[in-house]
Amino acid sequence: MAALSELISLLPAALLAGTAAWGRLRGVDVMAAFAKGAQDALRMLLGIFPALLALLTAVAMLRASGALDALTGLLSPALTALGIPAETAPLILLRPLSGSGAMAVAGDIIAECGADSLAGRTAAVMLGSTETTFYVVAVYFGAAGVKRSRYAIPAALCADAAGFLLSALTARWLFGQG
Amino acid sequence: MSNLWVFSLVISVFFALFSNNIAETGAAALEGAPAAINFLFLTGGLICLWGGALEIMRRSGLTRALARLLRPALAALFPRAARDGEALGAMTMNVSANILGLGNAATPMGIAAARRMARLSGGGSADAELCLLVVINTASVQLLPTTAAALRAANGAAQPFDILPAVWLSSAGSVAAGILAAKLLERVWPR
Repeated sequence: MAALSELISLLPAALLAGTAAWGRLRGVDVMAAFAKGAQDALRMLLGIFPALLALLTAVAMLRASGALDALTGLLSPALTALGIPAETAPLILLRPLSGSGAMAVAGDIIAECGADSLAGRTAAVMLGSTETTFYVVAVYFGAAGVKRSRYAIPAALCADAAGFLLSALTARWLFGQG
Repeated sequence: MSNLWVFSLVISVFFALFSNNIAETGAAALEGAPAAINFLFLTGGLICLWGGALEIMRRSGLTRALARLLRPALAALFPRAARDGEALGAMTMNVSANILGLGNAATPMGIAAARRMARLSGGGSADAELCLLVVINTASVQLLPTTAAALRAANGAAQPFDILPAVWLSSAGSVAAGILAAKLLERVWPR
């Protein structure tokens, strides 16, 4: 019997095989469905590519000039006290504002700190467990024709804060210092 | 977003001059574009792969099955909207699609639910249940964080998906915190 960690590493392959087999059993044209989904994803990626390019350029400049380190240093006492790796500061600031920006910054943190480092893992968990709060609020209330969003933004930011804290906590708890 | 971008670029140039990272910053201005292409090649391919797999899941009826499962819980959280079949239906599909990471399918259903709920409550001010729906959408419970896993895989993670339990716990906790905050603020916030 293979070790548990080995079984977990089979997950992407098993997930694809399981999805394809189950879809086929349910009578889905799986190749056509796959192509449609992949095409939608590609269209989304091409749509955000210019923004991603602009933001990655800005992040590279901020990092090289030392401004990113200064910002991280500014926030690091507060973040460290909360048990959050200081390297994730730019992601925390950008996450509620911009989806493509968060993707760019998270990718930068993961590349700089290493995918299996504590900061890299925390950044990935943060990206996976939160949303672009202000965008969602604007889209939903805009579409519903609601002018006063009342307490939706403060409540949503509470959820984000909890998500960031828990991301750091679970990454540390499940993977140690990394 | 424009202001933030301009601010980042300008502050970088000033910082470079003051902290003497002049050559590095000049070179960095040309590093973002290759990095973006690199992202498209490495991470983009994986995002497309999972996009395809998720579409198979959607067509296999996974969203509907999940919606059936979630219906009682959502009806309890949204007693007023639950009396309206259209609002509850759109809402359950919205939350289910979000959980499966089907953003493209989730947003139209969520908007349909929000419009219906705004029409039911009337007026230009968000009622408690509409706020709650939006808060749940901003908190995002995600079963398969495919983008985060793709970023990890592209950067050489040993097991890109080993973050799954951490993401489940964090996103469930953040939704719970959002619901709690919305319920508390609902009492003190003026209409």
